[in-house]
Amino acid sequence: MDILRIATAGSVDDGKSTLIGRLLYETQSITRDKLEALEAASKRKGLDFLDLSLLTDGLIAEREQGITIDVAHIYFSTPTRKYIIADTPGHFEYTRNMVTGASNAKVSLILVDARHGVVEQTFRHFFISSMLRIPKVIVCVNKMDLVGYSEERFQQIKQEFQDIAAKVQFSGQEIEFVPISSLYGVNITKKSDEISWYSGVSLLETLEKFDDQVKADSSHAARFPVQYVVRPKTEEYHDYRGYAGRVASGTFSVGDEIVVLPTGQRSRISAIEKFDQSLEQAHARESVIISLETDVDVSRGNMLVKAGQEPSQLREVSAQVCWLDYQALTPGKTLLLQHGINDTKAKVLALEELINVQTMEKSENPTQLKLNEIGGIRLKMAKPIFADAYQENPANGAFILIDEFSHATVGVGFMN
Amino acid sequence: MSSFGDKSLIPASALENPIFPRELEDEAIYIMREVAAQFERPAILFSGGKDSITLVRLAQKAFYPGKIPFPLVHVDTGHNFPETIAYRDWLVKEVGAELIVRYVQDSINQGKAQEETGKYASRNALQTVTLLDAIEEFKFDACIGGARRDEEKARAKERIFSVRDDFGQWDAKRQRPELFDMLNGRISVGENVRVFPISNWTELDVWNYIKEEGIPLPSIYFSHQRPVFERDGMLWADSEFINKDTDEIPYEATVRFRTVGDMTCTAAVLSEAVELDDIIGEILSAEISERGARMDDKRSEAAMEKRKQQGYF
Repeated sequence: MDILRIATAGSVDDGKSTLIGRLLYETQSITRDKLEALEAASKRKGLDFLDLSLLTDGLIAEREQGITIDVAHIYFSTPTRKYIIADTPGHFEYTRNMVTGASNAKVSLILVDARHGVVEQTFRHFFISSMLRIPKVIVCVNKMDLVGYSEERFQQIKQEFQDIAAKVQFSGQEIEFVPISSLYGVNITKKSDEISWYSGVSLLETLEKFDDQVKADSSHAARFPVQYVVRPKTEEYHDYRGYAGRVASGTFSVGDEIVVLPTGQRSRISAIEKFDQSLEQAHARESVIISLETDVDVSRGNMLVKAGQEPSQLREVSAQVCWLDYQALTPGKTLLLQHGINDTKAKVLALEELINVQTMEKSENPTQLKLNEIGGIRLKMAKPIFADAYQENPANGAFILIDEFSHATVGVGFMN
Repeated sequence: MSSFGDKSLIPASALENPIFPRELEDEAIYIMREVAAQFERPAILFSGGKDSITLVRLAQKAFYPGKIPFPLVHVDTGHNFPETIAYRDWLVKEVGAELIVRYVQDSINQGKAQEETGKYASRNALQTVTLLDAIEEFKFDACIGGARRDEEKARAKERIFSVRDDFGQWDAKRQRPELFDMLNGRISVGENVRVFPISNWTELDVWNYIKEEGIPLPSIYFSHQRPVFERDGMLWADSEFINKDTDEIPYEATVRFRTVGDMTCTAAVLSEAVELDDIIGEILSAEISERGARMDDKRSEAAMEKRKQQGYF
């Protein structure tokens, strides 16, 4: 069974938690005790309907303020597949959570309140979805009940969205529009009479139709970061030396000629194993152990790549960075850069531009990059990394930045 | 008992139609290997429940043909089901892992923890004291736990690498963003990390995995006869560790347990399920969620979050 990871984002009060509650409710993913707790909690709040948003607003602070402040992970299944929703808050100050939640998503659900139409946050959410190169965006025009299920209003919002989206939509990225009312369950799992004018299918059916992109990851250049060297040193496995890792992208087969980075040594794959199973091939995202024909020097942090597909070894990179820390990023700062499982010290050579995600205007040479800001920077590394451009191979093109002293994750970057 | 991961235990239904999403196993194995590589003294927190048994299986697969490079740590409340302890001792022999046991009773004797009183008295919360002491004693810098995000609302917001201060406390607002699959386990002196490799698994995923891997389980997960009594609409195993009211009269029933905490906080369900397929069938039609059978969560709406802040998992 496959897994589809979805990111949801919206602005304050556009009913995102209610939408997710509704998806859970209508796919029978809520058990009786949780429903009873929900009924009781709704009554305590003086509501005469089931407040489905209470299902996902998990933290004390969130319940007090009635808002969502952190990424929550929610699970449901259909006979077709398992779904993982990373639900991220819409507040400006928590944009870092949206980037976090959406980083693994293949589908981005963006909520728009039918009364308010496209707002500042909507574009920010779309911009992040595009920056992360999420292949499919579904714009849910919610609260259609409050605009009398008006087709005209729906088309107006669709047009507004398309006008601004065109600036950052990448080729191959699909955008679909679905009118819904999460409060009344209209067009969530099945089409309803209220919107007979709508020719598409319901939200859940739209998700079910989506063809996962794992295969696309497998068609990228083959990259295998070595996580751990397995050396049992037992009698039975006296000379065993296996390189454990998860295929980042592409496909490796027994017999393939590989190059070890950074040493440049060459060898061939003699075996691919998954526990007690021998495999002929390992695809993207699979955790395996690779053995080589010859005795070459390989340790954690090295990368095995297919001969002829070597990435450039970079000591200096330019990248788009989203800053995630309260303390702003300034030129000259030294940080740790983690690319996959590999890390190195890195110095910020320059802040080249700041991107206003509302207007798409770029200002050159900003003095700093503040929390939730996105900009272009240049970095110099203490040792080379083996990265691809994020646009070409996302699985090997992103990195995180870590504060040397607090060890906090303070930024995320996308290699140009 | 048959061996751990015995292929003859895999039912025909699982061989014909496997439904467990293997991507979850690949992800968990990746996390296990990151723990072994990034930390100096990691450990698996082992409760004897199906989630921690799943962790042991994943660790075994992650490092095979090498051995599991971390010990299993069991915080023994003294109120465990004897079947769980027997299983634990068998399992560590079977996979050749090191076992470390620390006792809540010792923490009580040392005056660090105080026994609760009243009819809901449980040692569940006291485990935290013993666990934090064990972390200090062995200088563990990473503790791998079997918590899942689908279990409870506060857990839904937990990271895979969850940094704790030296009091073991969880600060929801100070969580590190986790991007793509990059795990940042760097910590300062005194801090440690709780790691949750099966964060993205649901209860059903765990059961399907156990079935498709041929993993034997402690017998209390399957239907059996035992004396129980009713409290708050649920069934409790009769034991000397629970303070019963006079009107709480034990009787024989056919039950099984959906989770295995200790005897004071884990309720039984009436069940005839003797095979994994029966259990999975029950879960699919279940009306009560897994943690609904855990009294410790019902104390208040925010019970889990408050315990996490105190250093519980």
